[in-house]
Amino acid sequence: MIATESLSKRFPRVTALDRLSVDIAPGVTGLVGANGAGKSTLIKILLGLSPATEGRAAVLGLDVATEGAAIREKVGYMPEHDCLPPDVSATEFVVHMARMSGLPVTAARERTADTLRHVGLYEERYRPMGGYSTGMKQRVKLAQALVHDPQLVLLDEPTNGLDPVGRDEMLGLIRRVHTDFGISVLVTSHLLGELERTCDHVVVIDGGKLLRSSSTDEFTQVTGSLAVEVTDSEAYPDGTAALGGALAAAGLIVQPMGRAAEFAAAGSGHVLLVDVTGDDTYDTVRDAVTDLGLGLVRMEQRRHRIAEVFQTPGSAQERGSSDAA
Amino acid sequence: MAPAQDVIHNIGYRNYAGARLGRAYARRALFSQSLRGAYGLGRSAKSKVLPMTLFGVMCVPAAIMVAVTVTAKLSKLPLEYTRYAIVLQAVIGLFLAAQAPQSVSRDLRFKTIPLYFSRPIERVDYVVAKFAAMASALFVLTATPLLILYVGALLAKLDFAAQTKGFAQGLVSVVLLSFLFAGLGLVVAALTPRRGFGVAGVIALLMISYGAVSTLQAIALDRDTTDAIAWFGLFSPVTVVDGVQTAFLSATSAFPGHHGPSTGQGVVYLAVLLALIAGSYGLLMRRYRKAGL
Repeated sequence: MIATESLSKRFPRVTALDRLSVDIAPGVTGLVGANGAGKSTLIKILLGLSPATEGRAAVLGLDVATEGAAIREKVGYMPEHDCLPPDVSATEFVVHMARMSGLPVTAARERTADTLRHVGLYEERYRPMGGYSTGMKQRVKLAQALVHDPQLVLLDEPTNGLDPVGRDEMLGLIRRVHTDFGISVLVTSHLLGELERTCDHVVVIDGGKLLRSSSTDEFTQVTGSLAVEVTDSEAYPDGTAALGGALAAAGLIVQPMGRAAEFAAAGSGHVLLVDVTGDDTYDTVRDAVTDLGLGLVRMEQRRHRIAEVFQTPGSAQERGSSDAA
Repeated sequence: MAPAQDVIHNIGYRNYAGARLGRAYARRALFSQSLRGAYGLGRSAKSKVLPMTLFGVMCVPAAIMVAVTVTAKLSKLPLEYTRYAIVLQAVIGLFLAAQAPQSVSRDLRFKTIPLYFSRPIERVDYVVAKFAAMASALFVLTATPLLILYVGALLAKLDFAAQTKGFAQGLVSVVLLSFLFAGLGLVVAALTPRRGFGVAGVIALLMISYGAVSTLQAIALDRDTTDAIAWFGLFSPVTVVDGVQTAFLSATSAFPGHHGPSTGQGVVYLAVLLALIAGSYGLLMRRYRKAGL
């Protein structure tokens, strides 16, 4: 579907992509990276809109450097940012975009009606888009990427700004784009966890370099960490450290959670990250907490964040591997 | 998805096996959409009001002139074909100021541009389509009253050959004017995603330059430096068109004291006019180089 070979993109002051070689098979592929990791740059290059500094890339077997127009005819793109004029209706807008993809007027109208229905927009499609909710806007953005029945869609952060329910619906929709519509998907996100459920294959990039490329199954095998937060007691002024020690003694792998931004924001470096090895891990944690007489503030299953991929010892060996899902 | 909607979903996805007409078709589609949009067609009723009103204002004087010519049995039209657009330049300016930002600022403001460029359509197609659409909209605005005058003149049984010649010269003149105004208007409008700034910018460009040139020309006339009058005319879009048609399309100059450019100066005028059109196109291409994703 997509193949890149030591693809690099350098700007005067930044290297956006650094010798990226990756092979992406048909299916739903997640492209994960922090902001500025090079995801959007990669998409631009894949659409043939921005020349690579060096290296090669091919989409659907077409060279991005020379056959950009042919690629763009067969590929759909959903940008990350807002791109909808508020004063036209979804129908008018998507019809126009279908025509820009080369569809004759009648076909454009039919495809628009079909596609909007498939993404879940009904009567509201005749209303100006200015009044739409974020979820509806995201659906229109997805519809305009699908309206010309591409073989591949590139979705840039499609779940951005959605509430948890909207997020789940969007992820379900993305899954259906592949299973029901037969269209391959490349979807970017900075949340590895949400892609786990949707994608067959996940590619992680950071600083323009390939960090990891593997099927989702491999990711889920190493999944499973538990965030534990405890109170301090008089016997243990630093309850977190005490628990950490106790759990380590019980043979669990424990890390303090300094790095993850969402916990730091919650105001505590008092969170421990415990690798889950089996169901008994939960019992061990519970017992350790009660034995120490500490108060358990929370104990929650964490989804993977990119930070953990850095920590995974195996990631260095897997760099560059590109087994299909 | 709610269960009730599943029934509809079960129709299933249909693949599209029909025609994909490619770049040239997309360019034409964008052209016609932009041209219609300039008159508010295919848009809300509210956005039709201004362009349609201005279109009416452009045509009414021509209709009145025809009525006067026919009833009073005049031997020629009250106004030359080539003078019509110059006299009504304020209306043309307003139309351009309102519609050029409508055509390009919205795509910039709402960031729709990347959706175009992620399709077979390319930068040059976008610029050409928008430019041609704006020029065509202005041509419709300026040529329709000329057509009314021409038909009226024939109804009044004025001299066919003279009227046809005048009409043809008028058409050439408004073609040049349409391209010049469209280019300048789009360049100004594309500078800013804010529509209001675009409107103000276009009005400022046309009015201030025209005001300044007229003032300088009036002063030059006052001091009897009539040669300078023609040169000053190079610095405002309307007077450039006026100069070109005075030199080559046997129009009567609207310059003070009718001191229009000579044929030699006319060549300079024509060169400036063509350079402005080409320059506008170049600037637009430059503007959209970075406006991709």
